[in-house]
Amino acid sequence: MSNQTEADGGLVARADAVASFEHQHTILSRIQHALHSNPALVPLIVLVLSIAVFGALLGTKFFSSFALTLILQQVAIVGIVGAAQSLVILTAGIDLSVGAIMVLSSVIMGQFTFRLGLPPAVAVACGLAIGTFIGFVNGWLVARIKLPPFIVTLGMWQIALASNFLYSGNETIRAQDIEASAPLLQFFGQSITVGGAVFTYGVIFFILLVLVLAYVLRHTAWGRHVYAVGDDPEAAELSGVNTKRILMSVYALSGLICAFAGWALIGRIGSVSPTSGQFSNIESITAVVIGGISLFGGRGSILGMFFGALIVGVFSLGLRLLGADAQWTYLLIGVLIIGAVAVDQWIRKVSA
Amino acid sequence: MNKLLIGTALCLAAMSPAMTPAVVAQEVSACLITKTDTNPFFVKMKEGAEAKAAELGITLKSFAGRIDGDHETQVAAIETCIADGASGILLTASDTSAIVQSVQQARDAGLLVIALDTPLNPIDAADATFATDNFKAGELIGKWAAGKLGAEAANARIALLNLGISQPTVDVLRNQGFLQGFGIDLADPNKWGDETDPRIVGHDVTAGNEEGGREAMENLLVKDPTINVVHTINEPSAAGAYEALKSFGRENDVLIVSVDGGCPGVANVKDGVIGATSQQYPLQMAALGVEAIKNWADNGTKPEPTPGKDFFDTGVSLVTDEPVDGVESIDTAEGEALCWG
Repeated sequence: MSNQTEADGGLVARADAVASFEHQHTILSRIQHALHSNPALVPLIVLVLSIAVFGALLGTKFFSSFALTLILQQVAIVGIVGAAQSLVILTAGIDLSVGAIMVLSSVIMGQFTFRLGLPPAVAVACGLAIGTFIGFVNGWLVARIKLPPFIVTLGMWQIALASNFLYSGNETIRAQDIEASAPLLQFFGQSITVGGAVFTYGVIFFILLVLVLAYVLRHTAWGRHVYAVGDDPEAAELSGVNTKRILMSVYALSGLICAFAGWALIGRIGSVSPTSGQFSNIESITAVVIGGISLFGGRGSILGMFFGALIVGVFSLGLRLLGADAQWTYLLIGVLIIGAVAVDQWIRKVSA
Repeated sequence: MNKLLIGTALCLAAMSPAMTPAVVAQEVSACLITKTDTNPFFVKMKEGAEAKAAELGITLKSFAGRIDGDHETQVAAIETCIADGASGILLTASDTSAIVQSVQQARDAGLLVIALDTPLNPIDAADATFATDNFKAGELIGKWAAGKLGAEAANARIALLNLGISQPTVDVLRNQGFLQGFGIDLADPNKWGDETDPRIVGHDVTAGNEEGGREAMENLLVKDPTINVVHTINEPSAAGAYEALKSFGRENDVLIVSVDGGCPGVANVKDGVIGATSQQYPLQMAALGVEAIKNWADNGTKPEPTPGKDFFDTGVSLVTDEPVDGVESIDTAEGEALCWG
């Protein structure tokens, strides 16, 4: 019976407080929490700091609305491709074929106009459709055939790039010819000027695309499902998300966005050149990673990618204006990539 | 018949002790290994080689790297050619230093190795080099730009859009040739970027394409918006630079010069996008290379370099519609007839 008494004694001595976790509200853990709930915060801080530092070092040459909007123009193509890449990476995938889809789409827009004589609007529509189709094939292979995204898009990268060279015969369509007979192809190259700031339609499209995707990802069922699939596909499946359909829609949308990037590319360089965009896949992954989107999927924000792309642009132009060897840009971007992933790992510990 | 074969074999063996047995066969075969098979320059080179090979009754096998800089594929191609018993190899090397070892293997096996367009490092690692004099190509456009500006050349603001940060030989030769032609002290002629002349606004790199050309031009224009002379490594980067100038509203008062002589480039000279370009002749390089291999297979003679140079100069002409006194040039009509790609 003494056992019973002891147990009663234990009951009397029990804690009255409701069960709770212990929080240590150190400054560091607060920062960790803030970063965890706002994944775009780190790249934003880095961006603001780098603009401030280069602005202080270079003065008005760098810190002018003209130079700053020029950076936007320089990163717009990689940024648009980066938006496509972000979607795929959020599902814990990776898309190595983004650049190849972009170039192939731009070549199709150009060659359909100049070789087949289609009206530019139809040619552009064909380019967009083919980009979407290639993306859809990627998604189908990943979702239905269950092939790893890395392998699928590695293969598709080669296929799209080879098709691009085979179909175009590596023939460049000159800017002057496009301007004369199919100015629609250069649509994204037009610009509006506000004060010293120059916004090309390509830049405006890039910004709108990021804002729309940020809204869709955060506030629509489809967007939440993209995160869910990336975070834990089994759990998502069990809670009634059609993961296959989500994956296929993500890859198809990624293809469509890459095709738009191809259209914007024609506006940027004036001509249709089958050799451009060779490194877009790596550059877009760089922007995504520096932007704090987790390569393990399910975490990060597309605004982060936007800041990530801008950080690369700010460093490139800033260092060049300082007269530094271009190698320094690559070196610093390498440091940023590793730094970004290290910060990402640290933030992840908040939930552990 | 047997005696004849043995005789031929002995004769060939005496010529080069390590020759592989496959060469004994009557048919002469040659290999063409280019950096890529997508660049129109190499496409034209291949056309030239194929036409000449067909004419001389030689079997030609073509290989190419996947992208510029794809060294491994070129090494594998050389090994294939040795195993195949080819008489000679025409090579545009992606990595001019690293390829030397494989080239030596081929030469040890009795193959004639000719570097096309891109000299190896060192240049005598190949039996012969058939190439454009890139320094002269640069010099021509430099002289033309200086002549065009006249007295204003003393106040020129020069931007140099180069190929890559690794400063490949062709990049350095064209850049330094241009500066020499313009009348600027080169400092070390083996590298660009060490000149101190205040007329130089800056150097940037373009990867030789439109995208890179535009970005490099933008960077330098932000650095100094008064730029009025632009040297470009090739015509695609010149087209990109022109787009950048257009967005700055400067397309009409800046002189762009370039090197290559591709058909879109010559068309751009005609349209006034590019002021002048130095045209090179890849078809000629390849055709001469195939002939040299035929001679080597037939009677063991090696081609001689152009007197006064360590390579065989396949020629270069300045293409412009605004000729300048003292600089020989051809007009765009003639340039179009000779252009490639």
